[in-house]
Amino acid sequence: MGSVGAKDVPVLLSPEGLRIDGRRLDELRPIRIQAGVLHQADGSAFVEWGMNKVMAAVYGPREVHPRHLQQNNKAVIQCKYNMAAFSVDERKRPGLDRRSQEISKVIAEAFESVVFAEEFPRTSIDVYIEVLQANAGTRCAGLVAASVALADAGIPMADLLPAVAVGKIAGKIALDLRKEEDNFGEADLPMALVPQSGRLVLLQMEGHMTPEELSQSLDLGVQGCRVIYEKMKQALRDRYATARFAPGGQ
Amino acid sequence: MSGEVATEIRTTHILDLAASGKRLDGRGPDEYRTVVVQPGFVETADGSALVRIGDTAVVAGVKLELGKPFPDTPNAGVLTTNAELIPLSSPVFEPGPPQPGAIEVSRVVDRAIRAAEAIDLTRLCVTPGEKTWVCYVDLHVIDHSGNLIDTAMLAGVTALAHANVPAKRFGVAEADYKLDIQHFPVECTFVRLGEAIVVDPTFDEEQAAQGRLTVATDETGRVVAMQKGLVGAFSPDDVREIVRRALVHGDRLRARIKGGAA
Repeated sequence: MGSVGAKDVPVLLSPEGLRIDGRRLDELRPIRIQAGVLHQADGSAFVEWGMNKVMAAVYGPREVHPRHLQQNNKAVIQCKYNMAAFSVDERKRPGLDRRSQEISKVIAEAFESVVFAEEFPRTSIDVYIEVLQANAGTRCAGLVAASVALADAGIPMADLLPAVAVGKIAGKIALDLRKEEDNFGEADLPMALVPQSGRLVLLQMEGHMTPEELSQSLDLGVQGCRVIYEKMKQALRDRYATARFAPGGQ
Repeated sequence: MSGEVATEIRTTHILDLAASGKRLDGRGPDEYRTVVVQPGFVETADGSALVRIGDTAVVAGVKLELGKPFPDTPNAGVLTTNAELIPLSSPVFEPGPPQPGAIEVSRVVDRAIRAAEAIDLTRLCVTPGEKTWVCYVDLHVIDHSGNLIDTAMLAGVTALAHANVPAKRFGVAEADYKLDIQHFPVECTFVRLGEAIVVDPTFDEEQAAQGRLTVATDETGRVVAMQKGLVGAFSPDDVREIVRRALVHGDRLRARIKGGAA
């Protein structure tokens, strides 16, 4: 994928079955999630996942801008995924590109599947995801951050949305690809799970997989999501363990 | 607003029908609408096709121009896919810059063409690092009655399969030659209607849908791309079942590309 004419293909899997960073095929990169990191937003979260650094902020329910998007029977959920110009090796031209717009759309649709939007008619719930440092899997890191930020903002939802990408490297199915594995691997399959229903609300795929490999990937991804789910819940518990409840505090 | 009420009544009706295995237009859950493929629809293009799936119609045009390769892929040609949802095709589209819906269609089609390696991009290179063919695939939705992705994909891949490289016109060879594609990706889209999962949704079914999943396959039986869209969810078992059905439908749709080929 994207490797036409490229040189220096790294060895993605050692003879011992270890990946570039020493992980096994079913291992996640280290993840750190912090809820309530911003002051102006109604809810926020910061996720450090491998070498990704992603910030998410939630505003609302608030007035809808632009006004014509307003819905009489429910809140609209607007999502903006954006990559900072300095977040990748070669400077990215700032502003909305097509990739960001597509990712914003699928993330908004994932949240619309779990947020109780009908409780807030004629309002907007605005989700902003800012990728500060990127190393593959930013849409999943963004989704995890935004999901914790929504909970931090007190938005009622059916569940949190853990997300992870599964891929294929050196012919093997692997959990949570890092950049080299994404660039030189054979497939990439990001997904987001509703843990309580066991259903997927975000699912994309690019590359080559047999139906059997795809089936195995779904199981591995669901398993990864359940681990991330626990970390998300812990981040929210930590937020309230450390919150300053003193009058005038915050 | 009466429009909203009518949509809600229709949605309820579509979901009621789906619960008993029926659809508004009389199809079964696993049945496509009539597929019509007409290659060579636009003579000014280097490759083209008009594809109709039921009342949905997409015209695809392929144009090749000489340009510079990307610095990181000096030996490869450039492929650009673009979809236009023009206001002509539906009351829900407005003029202006591409909306997320159009961007999704073009990116999902582009992803399948790339991942399947439908075109051997290295064959498009004229002088490494300096000159290469830039292949534009433009998808114009002219009638939107649902399932744009499958229709646009089939139009795009058919246009590519029938395209000629205008080498003579650009003075880099004595004669034009066929672009030649090496794989034939097609997309199959399904929507959830209650507990039923139906293939090839109409516009009204898409409005009623609780989740959409598109699966791209190639002629070797591989899955090359997927995209879940709309609000809603699928279990891993739903996905496995959809992939199984997409492989069967994929072969039928693919037969239409080759069947139309000269």
